[in-house]
Amino acid sequence: MCLAIPGRVEEILIENDLRIGRVNFGGVLKRVCLDFVPEIKVGEYAVVHVGFALSVIDAESAEKTLEIFRQMGALDEELATEEEAFVRAADAPQSLCPDGGCSTEHNPASSATPQAPEK
Amino acid sequence: MKYLTEFRDGEIAQRMAREIASVTTRSWKIMEVCGGQTHSIIKNGIDQMLPAGPVASVEMIHGPGCPVCVTPLELIDKALAIAAQPGVIFCSFGDMLRVPGTDADLFQIKGRGGDVRVVYSPLDAVELAQKNPDKQVVFFGVGFETTAPANAMSVHLAKRRGIKNFSLLVSHVLVPPAISAILSSPGNQIDGFLAAGHVCSVMGYWEYPPLAEKFKKPIVVTGFEPLDLLDGIRRTVLQLEQGRHEVENAYERMVTFDGNRPAQKLLSDVFEVCDRAWRGIGVIPMSGWRLNAEYRDFDAEHRFQITGIHTEESPLCQAGDVLRGVLKPAQCPAFGKECTPRHPLGATMVSSEGACAAYYNYGRFISAEELSQAGRS
Repeated sequence: MCLAIPGRVEEILIENDLRIGRVNFGGVLKRVCLDFVPEIKVGEYAVVHVGFALSVIDAESAEKTLEIFRQMGALDEELATEEEAFVRAADAPQSLCPDGGCSTEHNPASSATPQAPEK
Repeated sequence: MKYLTEFRDGEIAQRMAREIASVTTRSWKIMEVCGGQTHSIIKNGIDQMLPAGPVASVEMIHGPGCPVCVTPLELIDKALAIAAQPGVIFCSFGDMLRVPGTDADLFQIKGRGGDVRVVYSPLDAVELAQKNPDKQVVFFGVGFETTAPANAMSVHLAKRRGIKNFSLLVSHVLVPPAISAILSSPGNQIDGFLAAGHVCSVMGYWEYPPLAEKFKKPIVVTGFEPLDLLDGIRRTVLQLEQGRHEVENAYERMVTFDGNRPAQKLLSDVFEVCDRAWRGIGVIPMSGWRLNAEYRDFDAEHRFQITGIHTEESPLCQAGDVLRGVLKPAQCPAFGKECTPRHPLGATMVSSEGACAAYYNYGRFISAEELSQAGRS
């Protein structure tokens, strides 16, 4: 829940009383409020948390971070659509790891070594 | 599932780990406050790259930094009670759906006919309120300082746009008072802290120098990626070995000393500091934010007078000690036995960012090394 994810600002619109950016997170586009980073321009990278840009970051760091978060499975949870979230919840037992990055299905007795089993 | 050595930065990581090992001459305990960092440390096996000798060792202690974990059961039950009411659209982030209250979770409330929605942003909830003027739209706003600006903006917009049918069920918790409470608690063994990078991207780190000075502990602002974490740990160990207790920023590409001032301005306009109960820990004075008098009308607890909630935690659960860093998950007798992610007894097993769930999911629960360490401490 606490991860902020970098994305590229593709377009900036004024919607009602807000400055809204269309932000590209490695192919997933989201509407993001830019009011906390008034200095940001199209083509720059914002660090975004739950639909709000919190800071500006250089392109190289942003792309690297995005790739690492993708490898860690962190993007799925943060960028899930409502439908995806409910599908995941329906498949999940109460409290299953919601980010989908880990397995709670394995038998505890089979993974007694520090190395986690391959998924 | 990948361990750090499989990442392309594995070689740099090994080098940093070797440097940490070479400078470490004593046993140090470092707490990462943030649950996202706990998740990354365990998932990438970073704690296992650290020195673990009988004399020189670096042990990561997992802090209370998962907002789901520390949200009191009573508030979850309030959320469920509000979500079950007719005429209510209850909005939440996806990771709250399966967090159990006393009798159910939000997903089950939806199954019973409650109108529960998952939104990407609190703004979506405000827009739902505008589109559904005949419904009461409630957003469940839990989280640390990172999430607070978004929640603050949602009520600010509702007020500015004259939206009467929107409210916020809010339980914000703050990192600096938690650090202070942990360091003040009897039996505290923490030598240094990794401060949560994304919290600091909002708040900056101007709040930390007085803490570092008062408790004589180094605090290093640290990111989430494997190399960020190793760098944060490396800098903390260097300070400890040199007898320093400073505030350092190891996450400069994301964090400035001041933080995001426009966000902080809105936070101070909308919220006021309050005492806050942390699940498993108890009340920490001045450790939370609630809506201030000007925004009280948008407080869901105020709007929906929910009473008669009585909650009980499992007597077996030792989540409080885990959250304070006194107990490692594997040291809890119920861990992996009575308590699993499928049948969690406490919040630290419920949330994916909870320390117990992270240990369980990555198969750490009977690591021999850990048990021997448990025996020593």
